[in-house]
Amino acid sequence: MSMLELVRVSKSYGQGSAGVHALREVSLTADEGAMVAVMGPSGSGKSTLLTIAGTLEEPTSGEVLIAGQPVGKASRNAKARLRRRVIGYVFQDFNLLPGLTAAENVSLPLELDGVPGRKARTAALRALDGLGLSDRASHYPDQISGGERQRVAIARAMVGDRRLLLADEPSGALDSVNAEAVMRLVHSACKNAGMTAVVVTHDAQLASWADRVVFLRDGRVTDQTGPAPGPESLLTQEPTR
Amino acid sequence: MSASGGSVVSSIATEDNTQYANQHAIEYDQVMSVPHAMLALLSEGPKYGLRLREEFEARTGEVWPLNVGQVYTTLQRLERDGLVESDGAAEDGPQKRFRITAEGEQELARWLRTPPDLSSPPRDELVMKVLVALRVPGADVHEVIQAHRRYLVELMQQWTRIKEDDARGDLSMLLAVDAELFRLDSVARWLDAAEARVKRAAAEGMMPGLDQAGPGNQARWPLPRHRREVRTRG
Repeated sequence: MSMLELVRVSKSYGQGSAGVHALREVSLTADEGAMVAVMGPSGSGKSTLLTIAGTLEEPTSGEVLIAGQPVGKASRNAKARLRRRVIGYVFQDFNLLPGLTAAENVSLPLELDGVPGRKARTAALRALDGLGLSDRASHYPDQISGGERQRVAIARAMVGDRRLLLADEPSGALDSVNAEAVMRLVHSACKNAGMTAVVVTHDAQLASWADRVVFLRDGRVTDQTGPAPGPESLLTQEPTR
Repeated sequence: MSASGGSVVSSIATEDNTQYANQHAIEYDQVMSVPHAMLALLSEGPKYGLRLREEFEARTGEVWPLNVGQVYTTLQRLERDGLVESDGAAEDGPQKRFRITAEGEQELARWLRTPPDLSSPPRDELVMKVLVALRVPGADVHEVIQAHRRYLVELMQQWTRIKEDDARGDLSMLLAVDAELFRLDSVARWLDAAEARVKRAAAEGMMPGLDQAGPGNQARWPLPRHRREVRTRG
């Protein structure tokens, strides 16, 4: 089943000669448990695609379906509920609230959704524990490393029953080892927890963690990788140097 | 990593799946000094020939197997050159024990600190194809670049699967896979840069075309020295 589907989505800003076409008839599908990477240069429309997929912006034309349901005609409240309960966001600069501890940052979206404080905290601690951050639960963001901050942000994006993870350059501010750790977590969330992830990145090495890589250029999907073969395929083909 | 570890990489070097490994063994011999690898193993203490071969394969992620004859020939040469010595009692073979000499330790230290020759660029088929695409009428250089980029990313996905599957986190293998990923990544980044430059050049009306291929344009679109034959054909 498709967790996320974009059908011929276009997005324009402004009109006439001053208009900018950020996305042009983009179609994209992410099945349950899949990790999809979207690659493209700056200005290719990657972030716009993610904000529209996350219902933070509306497309100029086309349709977005989440878990099979079209969101275009949903009310503002219904979209807000979808964002609180189904979709998790991860940003390059973490976006953690500095005055809250790691556990409070993670439990906040649940509490905003009406989950009682104690229950929300239990869920937050469980999410942090799942990402190896139990001992950082009571630390504030400025007391932990960049890699740990992003792991807290991922815990926040996954806490509760969220099923769709949207990540915009999630490892852009990290060194290569921490960046890989973040991609491993996202990959593991898809394979082991059934999350669906769409990760925007310009980094081929990080995109290679995804099951499928979609290439975006000038607002259009220009190409995508085939089904990811297993490593055994490296053994049967001639090296191509 | 034990030979029976059952990992993806260990399976590379065994039985039927030897084609890839053998191809790389040839390349590896050109860049990886087997004698110095032997010296490195012996720097940990005296070892028998058979054990040296097993450890060599384990340390190189089992991707580059050696044959038995290669091991003993190498050890004979090292002994001849005074870099290792044997107990001398046994005949050449798996039961003969070797140890590194002081000269061998000096040679190993020298080799470790000697940078490989990276000064002259290798002949690069990919670079040549992109440069040629710029000058072929009707060729869409962006399509050419994207075809290569997709191939690179698909290849990187396969290497990443090896890391993903290796739950034990074998350090030698992770480093070897990382090296391959970084190499491919550098090519992908060159493609990104090339595409951005081509786009900018097109916007500024500086794209080379057949009508601009005269000598006057050579300074603006210089080809690497070893690519001159491409330009003369264009």
